[in-house]
Amino acid sequence: MSGIPFFPHAASSVAREVDTIYFIWLSVSAFFTCLIVAMIIYFMVRFKRKSEDQVGVEAHGSAMLEIAWSGIPLLICLAMFAYGTKVFFDISKPPANAVEYFVTGKQWMWKIQHPTGVREINDLHVPVGVPIKLTMTSEDVIHSFFLPPFRVKQDVLPGRYTTVWFRADRVGQYHLFCAEYCGAEHSRMIGTIYVMPVTEYQAWLSGGTPGKPPIQQGQELFATMACNTCHMNGPASRGPDLHGVFGSEVQLASGRAIHADEAYLRESILEPTAKVVSGFEPLMPTYQGQLTEEQLSSLIAYIKSLPKKSEAGQQAVVKPAPVKGGEG
Amino acid sequence: MSEAAHAHPGLHHQFDSYEQQRQSASLGMWAFLVNEVMFFGGMFLAYAYYRHRYGHEFAAGSHSLDISLGAFNTAVLIGSSLTMALAVRAAQMGRNKAIVAFLIATMVLGSVFLGVKVIEYSDKFEHHHVPGPSFVWHDEAGSGKYAGADPFKIQIYFSLYFAMTGFHALHMIVGIGIMLLMLRPAWKGKWNLDNHNFVEGFGLYWHFVDIVWIFLFPLLYLIGRS
Amino acid sequence: METTLPTAELPERHYLNQGQGIASWLLTKDHKRIAIMYLLGVTFFFLLGGIMAMLIRLELLTPQGDLLEPDTYNRVFTMHGVFMVFFVLLPVVPAILGNFLIPIMIGAKDLAFPKINLLSWYLYMIGGGLTMYAMVRGGVDTGWTFYTPFSSTYSNTHVMATAIGVFINGFSGILTGVNFIVTIHRMRAPGLTWFRLPLFVWGHYATSLIQVLGTPVVAIAIALVGLERLFHLGIFDASRGGDPVLFQHLFWFYSHPAVYIMVLPPMGVISELVAAFSRKPVFGYRIVAYSSIGIAVLGFLVWGHHMFVSGQSVYASVVFSVLTMLVAIPSAIKVFNWSSTLYRGSVSYETPMLYALAFLGLFLIGGLTGVMLATLGFDVYVHDTYFVVAHFHYVMVGGAIVSFLGGLHYWWPKMFGRMYPVFWSKLSALLVFVGFNLTFFPQFIVGYLGMPRRYWQYPAEFQVWNVLSTAGASVLAIGFLLPGCYLLWSLKYGKVAGPNPWGALGLEWTIPSPPPTENFDGVPVVKGEPYDYQTGEEIFGILGKEAHVV
Repeated sequence: MSGIPFFPHAASSVAREVDTIYFIWLSVSAFFTCLIVAMIIYFMVRFKRKSEDQVGVEAHGSAMLEIAWSGIPLLICLAMFAYGTKVFFDISKPPANAVEYFVTGKQWMWKIQHPTGVREINDLHVPVGVPIKLTMTSEDVIHSFFLPPFRVKQDVLPGRYTTVWFRADRVGQYHLFCAEYCGAEHSRMIGTIYVMPVTEYQAWLSGGTPGKPPIQQGQELFATMACNTCHMNGPASRGPDLHGVFGSEVQLASGRAIHADEAYLRESILEPTAKVVSGFEPLMPTYQGQLTEEQLSSLIAYIKSLPKKSEAGQQAVVKPAPVKGGEG
Repeated sequence: MSEAAHAHPGLHHQFDSYEQQRQSASLGMWAFLVNEVMFFGGMFLAYAYYRHRYGHEFAAGSHSLDISLGAFNTAVLIGSSLTMALAVRAAQMGRNKAIVAFLIATMVLGSVFLGVKVIEYSDKFEHHHVPGPSFVWHDEAGSGKYAGADPFKIQIYFSLYFAMTGFHALHMIVGIGIMLLMLRPAWKGKWNLDNHNFVEGFGLYWHFVDIVWIFLFPLLYLIGRS
Repeated sequence: METTLPTAELPERHYLNQGQGIASWLLTKDHKRIAIMYLLGVTFFFLLGGIMAMLIRLELLTPQGDLLEPDTYNRVFTMHGVFMVFFVLLPVVPAILGNFLIPIMIGAKDLAFPKINLLSWYLYMIGGGLTMYAMVRGGVDTGWTFYTPFSSTYSNTHVMATAIGVFINGFSGILTGVNFIVTIHRMRAPGLTWFRLPLFVWGHYATSLIQVLGTPVVAIAIALVGLERLFHLGIFDASRGGDPVLFQHLFWFYSHPAVYIMVLPPMGVISELVAAFSRKPVFGYRIVAYSSIGIAVLGFLVWGHHMFVSGQSVYASVVFSVLTMLVAIPSAIKVFNWSSTLYRGSVSYETPMLYALAFLGLFLIGGLTGVMLATLGFDVYVHDTYFVVAHFHYVMVGGAIVSFLGGLHYWWPKMFGRMYPVFWSKLSALLVFVGFNLTFFPQFIVGYLGMPRRYWQYPAEFQVWNVLSTAGASVLAIGFLLPGCYLLWSLKYGKVAGPNPWGALGLEWTIPSPPPTENFDGVPVVKGEPYDYQTGEEIFGILGKEAHVV
């Protein structure tokens, strides 16, 4: 990179749309700035005070002008609002086939886990052309995961999951920042995004630190934390069976039904009595403080991978299915 | 503006007439009370948000409060509003001794309220119901009715309980302090038929503090007690 | 219109020489003296915040972060924000110019509650003192926004002292707001109807509404953060069931309208300046007055635009986005009306007018980048980058500080009875405008390149813009220091100004400079429309006296 940078790289279609908004606004701003400045300078020169006691010529206002200069900016603003909102919805809704990574922020590093189990810190390797969804949480304060080449960022909160997604379409190395001030080393909570051709990414994956895939880790945790004693014991078990629970409607003891998403699973592990499933006693102890955020993520990944009972038979078999495929 | 108006003993130099001064004082007090509404409003918003999320725990926390003490305090405060109104009335009629008597009655009732609050607070300390590392929750009162209430969320209830009643009590302490300062001028006859702005304004403040409690009592004490 | 031959001498008795000694100032109930005391306080905190700003710019001269430690840097930018926002930008126009001028402009002897006005000043100084104490003891590193749970649980700096300082200062603003509302409602001179009020008074009325409705909410939010630190309440602590985002809602519910506390009084100042130096009424007076109230009301409905990436609901973001677009319209109306006021005016280029024009330029850019930021898809990218930093400096410094300087230069002869040197004052206006743009325009570019705010070190390719910004900051600093020098000089050596050096219309220009303690010699009456330069009839008189002119 040489010379003075004026403009950031764009590496996704969303990024180019954001840039389009930027350019439209820049043109509109330049137009109005020039118009008003020219108007002011012209009036200043044309109507310069000629003698010490000269007064201005009365003009009390004009309804037509007022309507024009509130109406025209209003229309421009509303048009830009519509376009900006469209892009915002694109940014907010990950495609269904997105590959899911887990990101944990803590003072002051980003811990990233690939679906294969490969972990990295402050680096993010992604294949080009593949939609990638990051599910993120924080172990301490609020952070914000900022990916400039894709023009997206999302605050990362303690006690909650947030997501951000992108589809890189240009190979290269880019910055990765924490954008929400988080303490002393905030400006060192940065890293590099490596957008690689798919084959190179595969090679990198196999050369990377071999870790267990999150689903497998979750399965092992499920056993060591003795979850299976209550949740995998057939019809007589003390806890609800978890096969196919993710994405389903769960009937609660309170009479309410709830959509079982990540937040619900997380809450049920950390605060089991918050939403008790209909037909079960609130017996489960809390796991608050016993699991790290990464362990929680892998447990949830495992639970999400459990297929519906009818398809899986009695045994909890883990298929190396894509993360989203659990409902299958 | 006229000489007669200037002669009014209670007129401040910046006003032209006593009527203007009276209206200004009244508007000022109302504007200040609007600000107070917003101040408590922030806490009521937090209360509404968490009660919606943690209704079960809020009911559990509420059940551990002593409803008879709360009801007693409500009665005491309503009584103090009455004596305050009588003090304002006495000021409007220029009866010095009656103003003093009713102010003292209001202060006594206010102090009774604060005394009961102290008993309730110390009860919370004894039972470790104060949020923080020493917080302990046993479901003693509910006899299983609130089984499974999450102690973490009950702490949110008690956080709001202490914040809201604490700021309310602070307002009462300030009010009692101001009444102490009012005793001397009241006795000396500062307030009379045409100079009673200050007592009226303070009366508004005291009624406002009462009204806050009228909201706090059901919101904090009466959850799930149908 | 009366001719304005400056009298050779100051009036024999005026508010500055009625009572000598420090006690006559510290116990004064005169709104004019309290305004001067605010001027001293605000100047002090502005210098303090300015020194921090220079430290920030020096640190950012190089990408490596080699001047300060990261901890120190975080404290410096936090204290810069706290001092500048709470102790400079909020009080600068209302507490100084508003305090001095509102009673005079409406023909009153003082504010409705002079003792409470003095109490406000003491609360302001006590709040500032506590914050200074926090600074001396090591400072605070939460950022001026005090975001939880960092501020409530993780920071181990002097959050408590700072929070109490800000809390107390909040009540100073609330009391000033109550005072202004009552004064404007109840103490207007005979004949001074609402639509004869100077637009300066309208701006302050709108601001006072926000002060009274908004400030208590941030007060309680910050108080709860303090309680969390002291007593381990868990209201904003996610590890104990609380919600950190709730704090952001409470904080911005006030702190966004607070931006309008900072710009509505300056808009009032600009209206006065543009009218006085074009010698004609502000174009569309009623629209400009209504737009102040419109901004104050709509300003309460847009706080969520600070939280587009906070995890709040997508649909809430959409609503906040469109409401934010709407609040831009009244501001646009004002800019168009001010510009049109010049049309067929009698325009002169005095120093205050130069500042007013600088305001128009800076506010235009601040406002346009504001609607850019309200655009959802765009904000997701530039949120928490230097683009936002540049935007709010354009609005808040370009709005509040530049217009304050314009107002100060306009009313300085009224406040102290003497003129300042023309050349140096025009030079300062030029330096402020050029220096400001040089400092903050590069930050738009580096922000769009992706540089996050509150960074102590940064990737090397951003350096060129940061160097430019630091260079501009030096020019800006000279531009700000220069008025300090020649205004002090003018106090003793300046030419005596006389009651109306600008040939301007307004009740304040009918009384001597400096004014007497009781402002008016009798009860003023208003007989005409504001800024009525054309008809040449007497607008102001004194009750019971014929066509009284000073």
